[in-house]
Amino acid sequence: MIRSKIVATGAGIPDQVITNDDLAKIMDTSDEWITQRTGIKQRHISSGENLSVLATRAARQILERAGMDARDLELIIMATCTADYGTPCLACMVQKEIGADRAVAFDVTAACSGFLFATSVADKFLRTGVYKNALVVGGEMISKIVDWTDRSTCVLFGDGAAGVLLQTTEEEEGIMVEELGSKGDMYEVLTDGYTPAANAFNDVPPLDKMDFVHMDGRAVFKFATKKIVESVNRVLDQAGLTPEDIKYFIPHQANARIIDVAVSKLKIPKEKFYVNIERYANTSSASIPTALNEMNEMGMLQKGDKIVLCGFGGGLSWGTILITW
Amino acid sequence: MVFEKIREIIAEQTGKDESEITLETNVKEDLDADSLDLFQIINDIEDEFEVSIEDPESIVTVKDAVDFVESHKED
Repeated sequence: MIRSKIVATGAGIPDQVITNDDLAKIMDTSDEWITQRTGIKQRHISSGENLSVLATRAARQILERAGMDARDLELIIMATCTADYGTPCLACMVQKEIGADRAVAFDVTAACSGFLFATSVADKFLRTGVYKNALVVGGEMISKIVDWTDRSTCVLFGDGAAGVLLQTTEEEEGIMVEELGSKGDMYEVLTDGYTPAANAFNDVPPLDKMDFVHMDGRAVFKFATKKIVESVNRVLDQAGLTPEDIKYFIPHQANARIIDVAVSKLKIPKEKFYVNIERYANTSSASIPTALNEMNEMGMLQKGDKIVLCGFGGGLSWGTILITW
Repeated sequence: MVFEKIREIIAEQTGKDESEITLETNVKEDLDADSLDLFQIINDIEDEFEVSIEDPESIVTVKDAVDFVESHKED
C-alpha cells in the first residue's frame, strides 16, 4: 500500500517581532490582558514583505533540507486565505520563485484548518500514484486583513508560512488516519473579506473600505473545544490507539485557553501538547506546520513516533491527522 | 436544582468554593472571572440544560443564568 510521509519541514517567518507592549503603545490594551486571555506574548508581523516572500522562504528551506531540486517537484499546494493576489494563487507565485517549473500548483482555502486540508489533498494524489512528491505549505498574513483599531481581534494574530515535503512510501508510516470536517451552517461566526456583487448594471454599492476579520469569539471557542475533543477521539478510535500511544499532539495555536480546555476534556497530560502560541500568536494555516517544524528542528520527533495534528477555524472547518513519523 | 447545577459549573470554572456563590453573585466582578471564563460557564450551561444563550452579555449574576435556564429549558 502506498502512503505519503513527511520527509522535511521548513518555515518562513517575518523578522519583525511585535510584543504585547508594542501593541499597548498604539491601542488600549496591555500585556497582562492579552496574556491572561490568550497566552500570547508576541507575534511576527510583516514589515512590508507580502505572503509570497514568506512562503517562498519556507519552500526553499524545505527543499534544501530534503536535498531536493525544485525541478523535481511534482505538486505544490498552498493553504491560505490571504494570498498576495486573488489570482494568481500563492502556489504559482512560489512555483516561479523556486523554479519548480514542472510542478502543478494550486491553493486550498480552509482558513486555520487549511494546512490539514492541503496535506490531505496532497496525500490523495500521492496514494493514488498520480504524483510521487508534494510541497505543502500553510501561509497566512492575517495582519493585512484585521482591523488594527479593533483590539478584540488584531492582538490575536501573527504572520508566517511553514510546511512540509511529502513523498510516497511503501512502509507502514506517514499519514495513517485522518478526519476532515466542515460546518457551513456556522460560517457567519468567522468571516473576512466580503465582496459585494457591485457592477455597472446594478446599484449595489462597491466597498468603500476593506471588510476585515469578524469573529464571534464565544461561538468559535465553543466550536473549537468541542471539535478538537470529538475529532481527536474519533481518529484515535479509528486507529485503534489510546492517548498513551501518542507522543505529541500538535493543536492549531489559536488561543492557549482553547488548548487548555481541550486538554482537560481529553484527559491527556498537558506535556504531550506542543504549544508555541506565546511567540507566534495565531498564524492560521501556518500554525501547525510552524509547530511541527520547530519540533523537528529540536529533534523532538523520532522515527516511529505517533503524532496527532488537529486544527479548526473559519468555514467552520476542522481536521485531525494521525502521523507515524 | 438549576441553581445547584449552575453553582457547580461556576465553581469548577472559577476555582471558587461553592459556598462563595449565591444567586446575587456577580460572576465577573465577585469571582474574578474574565470574558473567557464566562464563555466556558455559558457553554457548559448550554450543554447541561440544552438551551441556547444568544446574548452572553445578559448574564451578569448567577440569578441571571438561573432565570434564563428556568424560562427556556422547556422549549
